[in-house]
Amino acid sequence: MIHFVVHEEGDSVGTVVVEGVKSGDSLSGWIMEQDRVVEMRTASDIPIGHKIALKQLQPGDTVMKYGVDIGKVVAPITPGEHLHVHNVKTKRW
Amino acid sequence: MIDKDTTFLGYRRENGRVGVRNHVIVLPVDDISNAAAEAVANNIKGTMALPHPYGRLQFGADLELHFRTLIGTGSNPNVAAVVVIGIEPQWTKLIVDGIAQTGKPVQGFSIEGNGDHETIMRASRAARELVQWATEKQRETCAIGELWVSTKCGESDTTSGCGANPTVGNAFDKLYGAGATLVFGETSELTGGEHLVAERCTTPQVREKFMNIFNRYQEMINRHKTSDLSDSQPTKGNIAGGLTTIEEKALGNIQKIGKQCRVDGVLDKAETPTGPGLWFMDSSSAAAEMVTLCAASGYVVHFFPTGQGNVVGNPILPVIKICANPKTVRTMGEHIDVDTSGLLQREINMDGAGDLLLQCMLRTANGRLTAAEALGHREFVLTRLYESA
Repeated sequence: MIHFVVHEEGDSVGTVVVEGVKSGDSLSGWIMEQDRVVEMRTASDIPIGHKIALKQLQPGDTVMKYGVDIGKVVAPITPGEHLHVHNVKTKRW
Repeated sequence: MIDKDTTFLGYRRENGRVGVRNHVIVLPVDDISNAAAEAVANNIKGTMALPHPYGRLQFGADLELHFRTLIGTGSNPNVAAVVVIGIEPQWTKLIVDGIAQTGKPVQGFSIEGNGDHETIMRASRAARELVQWATEKQRETCAIGELWVSTKCGESDTTSGCGANPTVGNAFDKLYGAGATLVFGETSELTGGEHLVAERCTTPQVREKFMNIFNRYQEMINRHKTSDLSDSQPTKGNIAGGLTTIEEKALGNIQKIGKQCRVDGVLDKAETPTGPGLWFMDSSSAAAEMVTLCAASGYVVHFFPTGQGNVVGNPILPVIKICANPKTVRTMGEHIDVDTSGLLQREINMDGAGDLLLQCMLRTANGRLTAAEALGHREFVLTRLYESA
């Protein structure tokens, strides 16, 4: 069972692709570009489609997905935590 | 799945273009002609009215776009014949003459001096003759390279970027190789990935034209924005689906142009491409506006990947919905034509997902109704550039 997918090795985040993920769950993730499976324990409840942080991130850090910059961190994020609009903002507009 | 020898059954029109539908449309020039157009379509079975809210006191580039969109819609090869109804004769004739350049039958009627009753009666007589003529048209074998396919995604979420959009990208790569004419757009939703599109342009001239359009759109947003746009882009639906920033949304969006396609040219809104390949069209990122522009540019099949479940359709352009979000497929299954949620569990690979879409595309081209067509989604939404005079 794949619980989350990661576009590329080195991305800061994975995308949860199953429903009902709770804090403390052990998840299997598939890094699509490198076709490799990784394990991760969650630190939050994370809805389907939402992102799980794969590494420690500090305010001002850049979030990488698809190997590309998708925005900046505005609140500290621990590995396994839900990463979304409450802790990451656009660098545009 | 497909190569240059792949064929489908289409309707060959007077100008050589190939359609996959055989509509007879009743096209109002302006808002106040909608009632007459709808009355004609109600009288004559097998015709379809395309009501819309504009067409009065527009001027300059906004008026040109209005005319180009209406003429392009009537000229689309999915349309066999057209009845045009406007309040006054001059703009009505302008639309009729524009559509007539394709060689297809088109007749115009104006309301001033006649009233709705007289106009509806005359236009209904014409519509009956046209629909009886059109329904004798037969499909014939056409080469895949004659197919024009557009794409635009909507109510995207993170599964769009890893499932539904790369499925379109895989299909686009295969269609590009087979000589089809393709288009993508959504200028604002490339923000954060514009450099990736620029890298894919075939020539420095195409790249410069693309970047000029992209930068103009950014300036427009900066001029009018009241916040960081985070209430509109990403949309509430996008955010509910897990998309956090416009950059993330854009990178998912760009998956639709695959890995091998090159951007061969740049189009203005509702402009018709001049050759095969992949075109970028400057366009709104709002679903119905963009799909309407694709139809007006002459595209005959549309790929619409969605994550959270956008339900959009178009009156003349069959819209194929692709979804990789298992929750959306479960809760909104009647809207989804191609389920690629197996991608995210490694049950199918991207090549297989692309082929699933191409199979659906060929069946749709051959006449099978899409979910949006069967459900009656006929969103016809004209893009406005600025206020009326």
